[in-house]
Amino acid sequence: MNTLYSKEIMKHFRKPRNVGKMKKYDGLGKVGNLLCGDILWLYIKVGKNKQGKEIIKKASFSTYGCTIAIANSSLITTIVKGKTLEEAMKITKEDLLKRLGKVPLFKIHCSLLAADALSEAIYDYLSKNKKEIPQELKERHLRIKKEKEKIEKRYKDWRPKIQERMYKKTK
Amino acid sequence: MFKKKIYPAPYSKIKNNSDKNTKKRCGVYLDYASTTPTDERVIKAMAPYFKEKFGNTMSLHGFGQEAKEALEKSREGVANLMGAKASEVIFTSSATESNNLALKGIALARRSPCLAGAPAKRVGGGGHVIISSIEHACVMESAKWLENQGFEITRLKVDQYGLVNPDDVRKAIKKETILVSIIHANNEIGTIQPIREIGEVIRKKSEILNLKSKIYFHTDAAQSFGKIPIDVNKMNIDLLTASSHKMYGPKGAALLFVKSGTKIEPLLHGGGHEFGLRSSTVNVPAIVGFAEACRICQKELRQESKRLSILRDKLIKGVLSKIGGAHLNGHPKKRLPNNVNFSFDFIEGESLVIQFDLHGIAASTGSACSSATLEPSHVLLAIGLKPQEAHGSLRLSFGRWTKEKNIDYVLEVLPKVVKKLRKISPFKK
Repeated sequence: MNTLYSKEIMKHFRKPRNVGKMKKYDGLGKVGNLLCGDILWLYIKVGKNKQGKEIIKKASFSTYGCTIAIANSSLITTIVKGKTLEEAMKITKEDLLKRLGKVPLFKIHCSLLAADALSEAIYDYLSKNKKEIPQELKERHLRIKKEKEKIEKRYKDWRPKIQERMYKKTK
Repeated sequence: MFKKKIYPAPYSKIKNNSDKNTKKRCGVYLDYASTTPTDERVIKAMAPYFKEKFGNTMSLHGFGQEAKEALEKSREGVANLMGAKASEVIFTSSATESNNLALKGIALARRSPCLAGAPAKRVGGGGHVIISSIEHACVMESAKWLENQGFEITRLKVDQYGLVNPDDVRKAIKKETILVSIIHANNEIGTIQPIREIGEVIRKKSEILNLKSKIYFHTDAAQSFGKIPIDVNKMNIDLLTASSHKMYGPKGAALLFVKSGTKIEPLLHGGGHEFGLRSSTVNVPAIVGFAEACRICQKELRQESKRLSILRDKLIKGVLSKIGGAHLNGHPKKRLPNNVNFSFDFIEGESLVIQFDLHGIAASTGSACSSATLEPSHVLLAIGLKPQEAHGSLRLSFGRWTKEKNIDYVLEVLPKVVKKLRKISPFKK
């Protein structure tokens, strides 16, 4: 038996839930970077419950990435379904890690992407509909944006640099 | 229901065949390039050296001499496989150790006098070492360490198939060059380098430069030893690394061939074992196993490499024709008979390997050592793949117990798995 990943991870990886792009979505969160090998797009559809509060009616995902990234995308779509936006915003990375069980240390960053994607999707919905965005969400959005830029910067001239160095030396 | 229909028995449920246990232990094992099961015949040869002939090779009594005899006999056998003299073979614990000894040992023995006293900060003050850009991590890291110690390192670029151009080697050699180290067959993409031509180029160029001391040529043959013919004399090799556990021997034994007359410093000092180049109590059982593994490989080499090349070509043809957006990495012809490496558009390699695992197929994304890092493989980047393409690689390597039906099974599973993962991927239209 493969013991690299927990049962929960393998359950979602074997049979991912809510796979695919949503045609008429209300919010879309795109996180990750191709250069480090994980991309996660999370779609949400927003509706109202009996009390008139806004809830996430449906969520779906498209993921390019490793086992954990895929399992976690699937997991988060099942968690948020039916939750109000406020409740969904409160889902933290720690909650996800707890649900996933044992995660290899070097894979933790892949498992955190889903939480980021969710808050980005909610941010997208709120800003598109010109609704009030909570301060916390704004901060999170800025942090994600910053990290994205950082990675892009780090990898931007990364490959050409290596090639250039090799070329120089052989000359 | 879903589980039963699509997934065949997972590893644990497949019972061992008591006679040849290596065959069926884990579904379909297609990761022979990372390690191989130990052959029954090898285990049998090793058995007496644990309890009966357990002596220390340095002891003077009968037990010691018995072990010593076994060690020397093994040395002769292994040397035989590559056309070397027995006195030119040094046993080590792993290919990583052999490669470290080759690079650091030569560099330390040949560093310029200014470095011998106090460490010089001047780059290149120690001498000049040439490696390729697709070496195994242990050579890459050893070279990096030498760079920090004041040696100048040239990393030769390779073409789209991963081949080093001997002409590039010629151009890179200069007066200060002390060592050239080129991997014989790459561990990820299986490309076999023109080692003979490179050796020739190095010999000629050092004649032209009229150097006082020779430029040594080291090759890491961990993947190719016992799989394709190697002759150190014909190939102009001064140092060569080979490993036991890649050729159905036990783990914990490897060798470094050091041509007689080569100046090299030991890394381990002590009792003076292995001609003073590697002090440590000798791991006799593993070395006896290594020698037996070499003997078997040599005997079966021609037949086995022919059989594996047919399987390899069948798999390559099958995958490329069955799956769109699949690319073969490495050279189509000049590659190890037991290695294939593909890239698939829109999907990531790690999830592919785990999907394979669920189907009872053991494969890998690249070298097993790099599975813990998140950066794409330096080998795939060096042959010109974009980082996102390098993330989607799959290496399948086969060996002694791979049958044609295993390849058929892969060809049946792979298109399904790729389709499934592409459905999840955001890039697939």
